[in-house]
Amino acid sequence: MEYEIVIGLEIHSELATKSKIYCSCTTEFGGIPNTHCCPVCTGMPGVLPVLNKNVVEYAAKAGLAMNCKILDFSKQDRKNYFYPDLPKAYQVSQFDLPLCVKGYIDIDLNDKKKRVGITRIHIEEDAGKLIHDEWETGSLIDYNRCGVPLIEIVTEPDMRSAEDARVFMESVRSILKYTEVSDCKMQEGSLRADVNLSVRIAGEKELGTRTEMKNLNSIRSITRAIESEAKRQIDIIESGGSIEQETRRWDDEKGLSYSMRSKEEAHDYRYFPEPDLAPVIIDANWLDRIKSTLPELPDERKKRYIDQYKIPGYDAKIITASRETADFFEEAVGLSNNAKAVSNWIMGDLMNLMKNSECEEIPFSPSHLANLIKLIENGVISGKIAKTVFKKMFETADEPERIVEREGLKVVNDEGQLNNIVSAVVKSNPKSVEDYRNGKKKAIGFLVGQVMKETKGKADPQMVNKLLKDELES
Amino acid sequence: MEICSMPVHILSDKIKNRELSSVEITRAVIDRIKKIDPKIQSYITVVEDEALKKSREIQNDIDAGKFLSPIGGIPVAVKDNICTRGIPTTCASKMLSNFIPPYDATVIKKLKEQKAIIAGKLNMDEFAMGGSTENSFFKKTKNPWNTSCVPGGSSGGAAASVAAGLIPFALGSDTGGSIRQPASFCGVVGLKPTYGAVSRYGLVAFASSLDQIGPLTKNVTDCAVVMNAIAGYDKMDSTSANIEYPDYTGFLTNNIKGMKIGVPKEYMTKGINEDVRKALENAAGVLESLGAECEEMSLQYTEYSIPAYYLISSAEASSNLARYDGVKYGYRASRYTDLIDLYRKTRSEGFGEEVKRRIMLGTYALSSGYYDAYYKKALQVRTIIMDDFNRAFDNYDAVIGPTAPTTAYKIGEKIDNPIEMYLGDIFTASVNIAGLPAVSVPCGFDGENMPIGMQIIAKPFDEGTLIKIGYAFEQNTDFANKYPELD
Repeated sequence: MEYEIVIGLEIHSELATKSKIYCSCTTEFGGIPNTHCCPVCTGMPGVLPVLNKNVVEYAAKAGLAMNCKILDFSKQDRKNYFYPDLPKAYQVSQFDLPLCVKGYIDIDLNDKKKRVGITRIHIEEDAGKLIHDEWETGSLIDYNRCGVPLIEIVTEPDMRSAEDARVFMESVRSILKYTEVSDCKMQEGSLRADVNLSVRIAGEKELGTRTEMKNLNSIRSITRAIESEAKRQIDIIESGGSIEQETRRWDDEKGLSYSMRSKEEAHDYRYFPEPDLAPVIIDANWLDRIKSTLPELPDERKKRYIDQYKIPGYDAKIITASRETADFFEEAVGLSNNAKAVSNWIMGDLMNLMKNSECEEIPFSPSHLANLIKLIENGVISGKIAKTVFKKMFETADEPERIVEREGLKVVNDEGQLNNIVSAVVKSNPKSVEDYRNGKKKAIGFLVGQVMKETKGKADPQMVNKLLKDELES
Repeated sequence: MEICSMPVHILSDKIKNRELSSVEITRAVIDRIKKIDPKIQSYITVVEDEALKKSREIQNDIDAGKFLSPIGGIPVAVKDNICTRGIPTTCASKMLSNFIPPYDATVIKKLKEQKAIIAGKLNMDEFAMGGSTENSFFKKTKNPWNTSCVPGGSSGGAAASVAAGLIPFALGSDTGGSIRQPASFCGVVGLKPTYGAVSRYGLVAFASSLDQIGPLTKNVTDCAVVMNAIAGYDKMDSTSANIEYPDYTGFLTNNIKGMKIGVPKEYMTKGINEDVRKALENAAGVLESLGAECEEMSLQYTEYSIPAYYLISSAEASSNLARYDGVKYGYRASRYTDLIDLYRKTRSEGFGEEVKRRIMLGTYALSSGYYDAYYKKALQVRTIIMDDFNRAFDNYDAVIGPTAPTTAYKIGEKIDNPIEMYLGDIFTASVNIAGLPAVSVPCGFDGENMPIGMQIIAKPFDEGTLIKIGYAFEQNTDFANKYPELD
């Protein structure tokens, strides 16, 4: 039997605002536990929330970038449940009137486009963090994260594979980083997702019973959890069983999920309008101002790079996937005026080095790369040597000129100096010289190689060729 | 006149004229609390040393000729659900019996800026839930007019302390009548401002969409003076109104000629005490004699205000009080087996019966499957009641009626009958539901010499009209000048 997997995601992303959603405490990650909090974010008696306007702007910006309609009237609601990391015992969120509705993201799947619908995006507050490990007799609570603003992005059940979900998550991350709505540092928990998944026999119209998997903290664990859950559900159906609607917890270490609670045990959150906060009203002027802060998005940029810089579509897609890389590309092109070369360096050596070193930020500036390209263009170093310089530049972030100077990597194109080396090589390789003179013109390649070896690759190859020919044919 | 029977505006004049010092007044108040409060039981906390120290500091400022506000140098006591930095704020609950806030409520900040002296924290029904102050974890406050009677509630400590001369003025909070009803029972003036006129920041929430802080004073002049001190926009409270606030003393004109006043027939017939009805008829007569026009009219949805009020307030309370879970501050059960057990025992032991009743009622009303039938319906009723009032204010400057259907009853008389207790809010709760301002002013005594209050209601942010009518009534009657015998 062939099955179709149906996936919807609920993505939580921390917003990059400086202060929290309802008080002026910092949102900075880390810090000594319970030092980034105040009576408001720790839910002391009698305190009141005041909505940080930047949160609305950031969330609306995300909504616009994901083609959503921004509601001019939305409201905040209380989601009630008890847990020690939630000091008020309710989370302020949005229930029936979220800030953004009905959007979509077009994702690129091996040159096939797919549209994933966004049901809604709403704003809410994050909870604190329980620390269980280092304490024998109980758990400790760190409220630093309490009240950090989040958006929750809820998708339509439009994805059909782990790959769809992976590409979608990459797109979301790219958009959030482009718009500077979130820094999306997954290991700091600033982007996490819940997966809703069901399976059905291919061709069926009705959706199967779905399960929800909570709190997946990396794109890798999302794809693994999807593969595992799809298999689990198909196995159950194949063996004649049926799927329970339930919430499951993914254990990334074991690569397995466990049942957390059944449908019957589901929380009744008793949502009701938050009486301490006025409705969020976004008038046309405000919305226009937010719109005007939207940057060029990855898709538009990709198209422009193909047009303007004539680089291949594939390269454009990779370069624009992250805003940092795209910005780096453009600046380096501006300085070097050589889009092809910049693109090649990024696609080749840079991507490799970054992948191998698990480095997330480019360690040198665009001007470094532009200068390196100029060194090649001006014949100061050879293309081969440039690769060495690039690696050094990646490791030390030194200026390429300094590296070339320090390591003595300049092209040797002093005719006198090279002539001496050529003469020496000709003398010590009589066999090859004879071959050449007997018409085996290819033998010159070996001799060139010998000269390069003597000069540690720094000799100007054209000059070596010319000098060798002169010497051999004289 | 004794210092302790003087209203705020007279004390203020005497401080200005150097007839009395802030230290003398504070000393007199503290001495009287020590002497009389064991009988009345209106205070949970008295801050004697700190108050006397502050009064000396402030008197030094006065002696140095520094500017002083109309409440400068005068002691004030506040209901124990208003957060005071460094002073226990218990909400009269075991749950918060050890809670000392590290911050001041906005109203406390304002009082301190204006150099009033915080003398103590006043008894109340636990978390402001109740109408008799019998639901306090600590003590039962007595009505100064008859100590076997309740003072009303939930701001019973505030009303009793002002009536008994135990403080020149007090702040209470009013969610469904909790300032006005005890003011009525104790024969003092109590005003519930328009929702949004006084900051709620630092008021421990009962029902966020209904709660307001307001003054309890000996007379209407003081009421205006204290309103000047506490009203105004606060950026810390998102429900605070960012508008121009008037000088409320400007309404102390003793002129109500030509004002149109509605007297809802629903307020005068629904099973109210005969003495109360007569006092109100008499009061309407007084207002007419002063040139106002009183007319019978109808607020036809009055009877729905009680169920709507108890659903909305309990729903909000169930959420507002969820934070008292034994994890962060306040009471925690001493023995528990796991997290759920910690929650269950802490909340079972930490809350009193009435609070638990409301939490359960509110939780039920918000539960999935019941939300539409209860909470949502209550919100619809709320709109209808607001419309009812809006229509009334198209034709009338104000509406008057009894503050409560009865006078103060005996301690213990209604404690086992919550429904009967709830019905006592019939005339006051609708005002909170509609967010309107209303004041209770003394307007007579029943056959047992217990005070009766007249409630005056006006349109949003028209506290001026309340003060105008209340003041004219007070100037032409003698009820506000009567004091209970306690010495």
